[in-house]
Amino acid sequence: MFTEIPGIILMFVLLIILAIPFGRYIGKVFNYEPTRLDFLLNPLDNLFFKLSGINPNKQMNWKQHLGVMLLLNLIWFLLSMFILMNMGWLPLNPDKNPGMNPDLAFNTAISFICNTNLQHYSGESGISYLGQLVLMLWQFLSAGIGIAAAAVVFVAMKERTTEQLGNFYSFFIRSCTRVLLPLAVVVAIILAFNGAPMTFNGKDTITTLQGDTMQVSRGPAAAFIAIKHLGTNGGGFFGANSAHPFENPNYFTNIVEMVAQMIIPVAMLFAMGYMLKRRKLSWMIFGVMTIGFLILTVPTVLAELQGNPAIGKMGISQSSGNMEGKEVRIGSGASAYWSIATTVISTGSVNAMHDSFMPLSGMNQLLAMMVNCFYGGCGVGFLNFYIFVIIAVFISGLMVGRTPEFLGKKIEAKEMKIASIIALLHPFLILTGTALASYIYAHNPAAYAAWLNNPGSHGFSEMLYEYTSSSANNGSGFEGLGYGNGSSVGDNTLWWNITCGVVMLLSRFLPIIGPVAIAGILAGKKFIPESPGTLKTDSATFGIMVFAVIFIIAALSFFPALSLGPIAEYFGMK
Amino acid sequence: MKNSNKLFERELVKEAIAQSFVKLNPVILFRNPVMFTVEIGTAIMLAVCIWIAAGEKSQGSLLYNAIVTIILLITLLFANFAEAIAEARGKAQANSLRKTREETPAKQIIVGEIFASEIKIVPSSQLNKGDIFLCEAGDIIPMDGEIIEGLATIDESAITGESAPVIREAGGDKSSVTGGTKVLSDKIKVRVTTEPGESFLDKMIALVEGASRQKTPNEIALTILLAGFTLVFIIVCVTLKPFGDYANTPITIAAFISLFVCLIPTTIGGLLSAIGIAGMDRALRANVITKSGKAVETAGDIDTLLLDKTGTITIGNRKATNFWPVEGIDEKTFIEACALSSLADQTPEGKSIVELANVNTTAFNTSDAVFIEFTAETRSSGIDLATGIQIRKGAYDAIKNIVTRAGNIFPESIAERVKIISSNGGTPLVVSQNNNVLGVIELQDIIKPNIHERFDRLRKMGVKTVMVTGDNPLTAKFIAEKAGVDDFIAEAKPEDKMNYIKKEQLSGKLVAMMGDGTNDAPALAQADVGVAMNSGTQAAKEAGNMVDLDNDPTKLIEIVEIGKQLLMTRGTLTTFSIANDVAKYFAIVPALFIASVPALQGMNIMKLHSPESAILSAVIFNAIIIPLLIPLALRGVAYKPIGASALLRRNLLIYGLGGVVVPFLGIKLIDMLVRIWF
Repeated sequence: MFTEIPGIILMFVLLIILAIPFGRYIGKVFNYEPTRLDFLLNPLDNLFFKLSGINPNKQMNWKQHLGVMLLLNLIWFLLSMFILMNMGWLPLNPDKNPGMNPDLAFNTAISFICNTNLQHYSGESGISYLGQLVLMLWQFLSAGIGIAAAAVVFVAMKERTTEQLGNFYSFFIRSCTRVLLPLAVVVAIILAFNGAPMTFNGKDTITTLQGDTMQVSRGPAAAFIAIKHLGTNGGGFFGANSAHPFENPNYFTNIVEMVAQMIIPVAMLFAMGYMLKRRKLSWMIFGVMTIGFLILTVPTVLAELQGNPAIGKMGISQSSGNMEGKEVRIGSGASAYWSIATTVISTGSVNAMHDSFMPLSGMNQLLAMMVNCFYGGCGVGFLNFYIFVIIAVFISGLMVGRTPEFLGKKIEAKEMKIASIIALLHPFLILTGTALASYIYAHNPAAYAAWLNNPGSHGFSEMLYEYTSSSANNGSGFEGLGYGNGSSVGDNTLWWNITCGVVMLLSRFLPIIGPVAIAGILAGKKFIPESPGTLKTDSATFGIMVFAVIFIIAALSFFPALSLGPIAEYFGMK
Repeated sequence: MKNSNKLFERELVKEAIAQSFVKLNPVILFRNPVMFTVEIGTAIMLAVCIWIAAGEKSQGSLLYNAIVTIILLITLLFANFAEAIAEARGKAQANSLRKTREETPAKQIIVGEIFASEIKIVPSSQLNKGDIFLCEAGDIIPMDGEIIEGLATIDESAITGESAPVIREAGGDKSSVTGGTKVLSDKIKVRVTTEPGESFLDKMIALVEGASRQKTPNEIALTILLAGFTLVFIIVCVTLKPFGDYANTPITIAAFISLFVCLIPTTIGGLLSAIGIAGMDRALRANVITKSGKAVETAGDIDTLLLDKTGTITIGNRKATNFWPVEGIDEKTFIEACALSSLADQTPEGKSIVELANVNTTAFNTSDAVFIEFTAETRSSGIDLATGIQIRKGAYDAIKNIVTRAGNIFPESIAERVKIISSNGGTPLVVSQNNNVLGVIELQDIIKPNIHERFDRLRKMGVKTVMVTGDNPLTAKFIAEKAGVDDFIAEAKPEDKMNYIKKEQLSGKLVAMMGDGTNDAPALAQADVGVAMNSGTQAAKEAGNMVDLDNDPTKLIEIVEIGKQLLMTRGTLTTFSIANDVAKYFAIVPALFIASVPALQGMNIMKLHSPESAILSAVIFNAIIIPLLIPLALRGVAYKPIGASALLRRNLLIYGLGGVVVPFLGIKLIDMLVRIWF
């Protein structure tokens, strides 16, 4: 039963071994130091800037950075709305899939631009290859936006007193071409060689052993899956996501995809240490995140390996763990590990059915997204963590008898205001969304019966999960929600598409704007040199403080909701 | 001054209790968002009670709801009481200073009808800025002012507690007099420098009183954070209603409001303003008048401390420690000459020479002797005896001039000795007789006992100390090293101080200094914390942001600690308050849902008796923790200079971990009592 554990440890160790040097590389990229790929990529970047007429050397302040970021996203949103709604007659549609209706297109467009990849459609029937390619492009670009925003914050943290925080276009292009693209090429090739399809041909037809003919969807999946993980996007090419054999053919690809989805968020921390020459700070942050990650992972893996006691009582062997909703080629342990990894970072790709995990495993998945900063998404994970650091610095700064300061900059009312709003946003969106859905369902259960496949606390978890996943820009589904897959048009679909779309939108951009604004304001402040009275932010003690702040704000606010969902279910099973 | 260290004096408590009710006024309470939401909760509960009394059945018993309402009201009153008692203590302290000067008769000098000027007795309250009054021996000085004519010895014990009289005179840096102090001898004319009701003390009293108290930047930032927490918990509680609907669990309004009030940081919210006022009050108890609460806070952040050598690091004045005669001169002869030359020298240095010489001065024949006073030109003093002997003593180069001009040789050995004395931090005084060098007297600064430890303490706090002195660099360096200061400014002119402050500020540091003279005023204004001595000139007092009534140069060290204590008290109580939430969640959340989801009994880890008793216990704990922490808020958390990381570890352990554990115990204990009725 515990033979699966070495595989899990291997995935984690491999991640760290690869993330440290890759982080140094990312640090070099944003420090504009020479790297080995320059000979190839410098001409490419220059060509792009020449064609677009953008001057990559123009220095921007934090407001200009955010302006560019929002403008780019607006253009992409309009473009994807157009393509998704009209892909029925646009080229590259061998399977003749129809265009999306407006609310589903709205949800999908936002979902991919926001790096969420919540999918209320199924890839096989709901989208054309052109649509898939556009979504794949967004998977690059949205991850690039997150990395570039983090780069702005790194530069702001590094500078002593300045408004000049580099050029957003340049950071963005570098994120895409120098960070995402090289890795994506490597991962896509590995996947293609292991059996993931990479073709523009339409559905294939096979004859099964029983003699029936079967239509098998395929497409340019290998490239799509590579970036879906590297960019912590998580949107599957096929409806079943990485549980589908074409997306995740074997145990080896499972390891590759696992490492691929975590490498950039972890490497970003080391990139920060390299850029700021504060390696200890990056290790402190890595330590806090890792402890949080392990606290969620270890019990989940153990619970899944132990199997479901309810099934055990029926006399069915649980020796391979809780296998309901899991793939045999991957196993319960690796699926459990994946389920936490994909939720702590904002990937949201799944290789098993989260709905079928044990109640407390489901709670851990929810908690991972509620915290949303144990590694977190590409770039944005660090930004979320940054907010908690600011709050922790403020409280602990007071505790040592000094006006709080972070990296030599005083934290005052304005920064506290922004940090409080951002810290508040996530619980607000999740709880309000779930509350509205609960209210509607509870007051008219007959009309909305199709919403929930399960009654009681499990049904509550399904709704809670949907909003948590949207707000964390995660995109995974607990599933079991009756929002249909594009074919069941109705109020139900409309409700989930629109509300989740709005939640995704707010929870994507405000948590980028907030940290960039704080870092930008702090960068403009007077630098205060360190003295023996200064609070050290790279110490273990401060790490504990940050962890406590995260626990109280991010985890405890959801305690009542969790106790009605997974906790009630857990105690109910006893 | 009477320094009462008792926290709760009867009179003050009475006043504070009355004020606690006055402060229930929503307009006043609105300034404190956390407690304001509690007030709204209380109002809602009151309405619920009325609703039940009118026959509503779904909200539980009237008794239970009434008890919740009353506990919420008490929570509010406790928080108000914390603020009120802090205000009362501050005001009492300031009033005891002010009382001394109220309604004393003043001898105002006015341009009269008969004479050019005549004296009229008026009550002190009628004196305006610019008026001139006269004070003679035995008079109480009616108002703060500046001496424009005369000199007097003054007993300032009413203000400083120090009984030794001080001399104040017109012109110079010791020209200020404080209302309430007493003239012991002589006569002075004083010009009033403040409008009635606008003295520093009046400003301080206003600062302590609620109405004009401005929140400091740090207090505002913390209030924002607390408001943020409050909003999160509003969301948590409001969304519980539909969650409850979904789970078919009706949740009573009392439970909602109890959960909400328990979760929001009422402990720190209720104590926040008390902590700020207590900080100013502690400064006042140290006899420091602050002009703003911000100054106290800034003091905690000080990186660099500029300290005058004399009076701070060394005891007042130099003392003679050694006589070094030139070869061939009998030591006894030299010592006698030294004593002779200093007989008429009334400076402390001169007196110390006579003291050290320890010879029978009455045996000297000084009849018809002429004493030569020290002047800035000659830089020497001495005596011309009737016998024709001329003794001079003075600075090395001054005596060298006299000797060489007379054609004599200045002995090499003495020049050498002079250098040695200087580099040891001493001051050499060369003595000559009839233009021949006799020897050199060594004067040494006496460094205050324990000052080294105090500077060590400051260094551990992260404060850099800088000694400012008029001494030459060699002497300054020696004393700086011996006293353990980090840096020094030698041969300091007023602009040197200013430049040093600016240089430090440019590199981002906060600088504090103390000064008294008018020429200190620009530097006092430039410094982030400028403490003016009360004896100093009006200009200095206006320029600084604190006034030290004791004129004690070491006070800066105390002020830094008061500032640090203030911030720490805020930080630790915030941590404690928020950490409390863990236990409160575990008390109330199971209680909310147990009726419909019995499985959740597993979460009731404290094994509380019933939903009602759990909720009541949590709310009661939440209320009584406020008065229990009032003493801590008023006294401040003890500051220990053990380095920032160690301090954080210590406070996190006490207030963070303590904040998690204490409510578990407290709520359980209260539940064991409450279960008798619910």
